[in-house]
Amino acid sequence: MTAIELGLPGLGGLAGVPTTDEPQKAKDYKSDQEVRWCPGCGDYVVLNAVQSFLPSLGLKRENIVFVSGIGCSSRFPYYMNTYGMHSIHGRATAIATGLATAREDLSVWVVTGDGDALSIGGNHLIHTLRRNVNLKILLFNNRIYGLTKGQYSPTSETGKVTKSTPMGSLDHPFNPVSLALGAEATFVGRALDSDRKGLTEVLRQAAEHRGTALVEIYQNCPIFNDGAFDVLKEPGEAEQRLVPLEHGKPIRFGAGGEFGVVRAGFGTLEVARVADVGEDALVVHDAHTDDPSYAFALSRLSAQDLSHTVTGVFRSVSRPTYDDSARAQVTQARETRKADLQSLLRGRDTWTVVGD
Amino acid sequence: MSTGLDGDVAGSTRGAGITKLDRVVIRFAGDSGDGMQLTGDRFTSEAAAFGNDLSTMPNFPAEIRAPQGTIPGVSSFQVHFADYDILTPGDRPDVLVAMNPAALKANIADLPAGGTLIVNTDEFVKRNLTKVGYDANPLEDESLAAYQVHQVAMATITQGALAETGLGKKDAERCKNMFALGLLSWMYHRPTEGTEQFLREKFAKKPDIAEANVLAFRAGYYYGETTESFATTYQVAPAKLSPGTYRQITGNTALAYGIVAASQQSGLPVLLGTYPITPASDILHELSKHKQFGITTFQAEDEIAGICAALGASYGGALGVTSTSGPGVALKSEAIGLGVMTELPLLVIDVQRGGPSTGLPTKTEQADLLQAMFGRNGESPVPIVAPQSPADCFAAAVEATHIALKYRTPVMLLSDGAIANGSEPWLVPEVGDLADLGVEFATEPNAPDGSGEFWPYLRDPETLARAWAVPGTAGLQHRIGGLEKADGTGNISYDPNNHDRMTRIRQAKVDGIEVPDLLVDDPSGKARVLVLGWGSSYGPIGAACRRVRKQGHAIAQAHLRNLNPFPKNLGEVLRSYDKVVVPEMNLGQLALLLRGKYLVDVISHTKVAGLPFMAEELQDVLTGVVKGIDA
Repeated sequence: MTAIELGLPGLGGLAGVPTTDEPQKAKDYKSDQEVRWCPGCGDYVVLNAVQSFLPSLGLKRENIVFVSGIGCSSRFPYYMNTYGMHSIHGRATAIATGLATAREDLSVWVVTGDGDALSIGGNHLIHTLRRNVNLKILLFNNRIYGLTKGQYSPTSETGKVTKSTPMGSLDHPFNPVSLALGAEATFVGRALDSDRKGLTEVLRQAAEHRGTALVEIYQNCPIFNDGAFDVLKEPGEAEQRLVPLEHGKPIRFGAGGEFGVVRAGFGTLEVARVADVGEDALVVHDAHTDDPSYAFALSRLSAQDLSHTVTGVFRSVSRPTYDDSARAQVTQARETRKADLQSLLRGRDTWTVVGD
Repeated sequence: MSTGLDGDVAGSTRGAGITKLDRVVIRFAGDSGDGMQLTGDRFTSEAAAFGNDLSTMPNFPAEIRAPQGTIPGVSSFQVHFADYDILTPGDRPDVLVAMNPAALKANIADLPAGGTLIVNTDEFVKRNLTKVGYDANPLEDESLAAYQVHQVAMATITQGALAETGLGKKDAERCKNMFALGLLSWMYHRPTEGTEQFLREKFAKKPDIAEANVLAFRAGYYYGETTESFATTYQVAPAKLSPGTYRQITGNTALAYGIVAASQQSGLPVLLGTYPITPASDILHELSKHKQFGITTFQAEDEIAGICAALGASYGGALGVTSTSGPGVALKSEAIGLGVMTELPLLVIDVQRGGPSTGLPTKTEQADLLQAMFGRNGESPVPIVAPQSPADCFAAAVEATHIALKYRTPVMLLSDGAIANGSEPWLVPEVGDLADLGVEFATEPNAPDGSGEFWPYLRDPETLARAWAVPGTAGLQHRIGGLEKADGTGNISYDPNNHDRMTRIRQAKVDGIEVPDLLVDDPSGKARVLVLGWGSSYGPIGAACRRVRKQGHAIAQAHLRNLNPFPKNLGEVLRSYDKVVVPEMNLGQLALLLRGKYLVDVISHTKVAGLPFMAEELQDVLTGVVKGIDA
């Protein structure tokens, strides 16, 4: 049995995927198809970040697959010079589950949006996360339906006035990170489309994670929800709101590091002024904590109005993956039982009819 | 015994206390908790081991344990065994075993006058009788005078036989089904070793229960031998089937084995993505036991995820399979469309049941034909293969997989509840005789313009199958998806002419699938009436034809296995007869297709009762049409 089949802890997400010594560049990952997103779409930035980041993994390009559902972001695979499938609405995670289970030598990526993953595909998303299939999910969250021209989405803030909600939306939105942690996802991260460095770092950790990695990417839709995340990008504002995470470091933010995260009642966390609570009171981020409650508490610091937004890797823990375990069962069956088709067909009780 | 149960009129010869019969139909009926399915199944195994031809029909409620002793809670198992090749589980039983008043009430109407009725009298107490609306005990009045009634206190005798085992009264009483099996085994001279061995293996972890069941089984056997209430026993000689090795098999097991065989013959690992649904779940259960053949079974979160995972596996070069029933097909429709568009092999198994909506989960129907044919958005042709009997499910699964792989397309396999749970003897195929289903993946760039690119939608000129390159193949990176593809390159295309061309190509690919010509069975060569069926109605239609011929009429029979595309000679066959009768367990779905495609005004005979046709009713219909022509 291989290390993968044994489900050894600490095994990387890319174990089993063939590598190459040939140097790769970002342009090697650009397909010959014309990119057709709207000018100024945040998707361009993410596409560039992914194309620039992938060469660093040193994988054979033909062993990388991008699977998407339906929506603006789901056009992503067409622009990647890898294998890819643009599938049907909400089902990319299910298709990728089958692919990843059938092929351990592939690095499988899912590209999805807030509508695709959280509305029509919500069921598949939570089940993929609990099974911990070895695939990476990039959830582009622009808090709006773009491809259908501007209806509210499951992440839109309550009261949002859109084409389908002229008097304001009524739904309470999902916090995708909280949702994923509720499903006991083994890896959950968040990044901003405009933050190339932060996004690349989360992608790198996601790629190396063995299991399902969910990365929420805040992405601007310049046509139907322009400026949705501007407060997280404006100098002077951004520092007050963004709470970056780094494993093993105290959680501290603000232009001069004047804010921090401290423990509050009932296992919750809250933001405090460092000057008020003292440095020792700050929570030291531990992404590897087995219990998801801590990461969940972190995720609750992010509010609908973006007054605080936590970014980075919330949780990264090791748990056997579904696909590794499924392959291990096949291997085990092969080692203990003979695959003799004739004897299977005959079964135990047969009788023979002799010709005249 | 009664006459005309299958094809021929039943015959018998009487000896010293032993009557030789050419066939018998026995129905075991009791409460859902009485173990009637197990009892019937064991009797069937005994008949198989003895070498009879046989055919079975389980009938059980959708509720796992409906209220005890009620009519909705009645579960039955009918087995037909004979010394010649039979086609159906039998229209009506010759022998009815009724374990309680509910079972008697629910089944007695099916027992012809003169039939044998064996009753467990212990359950015929006032409370149970009232529960099912008997004002008086039918065992004590004249209401059963038309039958040969045998009253046996099965529970009491069983408890007596087990008195010394130390088993509790309730556990002992539960063994009464094995008592009934023992009694019937004695009556019909069945071999008993197999059942005893089976019981010891089934209850290997509870040896006391195993021994109790064996004792109850023997008690039933000896009861028949020692009491004088049964004057006659019956013998049904082994059947003269084609030479070879046989086993008994249900449709769902045969289907699962067909998938294993298709996997072995194609060299592709299987991923079954599925969600439990009656009556298809046994395919999942069976395949999950055979992982040593490289089979992965994925019990998904829903029907959609099941088929999507299968399609994802197919994209990766495995054989993707999904199994379901009609409601599940409704949910899978969009993904089947994706399979049509991406032109990937995919086996979609629909074990049909009564519909619409949740319908009759445990009853049979053939009403998903048009759903399989047209139940998707857009022009979305999908080949359809329908097995005609339980054992035929094996070959049908291999054939459906062959089409899926050769033509790169989803294929619908339409089984149904009757053949999924029914069983019959199966001439076990030699693995060496199975077809090679090997596929060639694309390994080299194929662009005709010499650009060195890979065009995923370049086709084999003969089959129109597209080139299939799996991830991991260097230099052939490409993207596929649900958007319309440019002919050849496979890039997204909104060009009107391209869409028209691609729509026609997808249709032409399915239309061009090679299927065998339709064979017509007309021993007289003079028939002017053809009866044409599809799927599980093969048995009753065939039995009805035998009867019609026995009456001196000529009739031709043909049965469709390929429903899309139809055999090339179908139109010609239809036009060669004065009348064509099409019996279906729906409201005329095949008839609609035939009329639409061939402009032949077929006579549609339909029944949607959740039960298979009876040979008797079809005989009447066919005789009427034949006589109408002759007049």
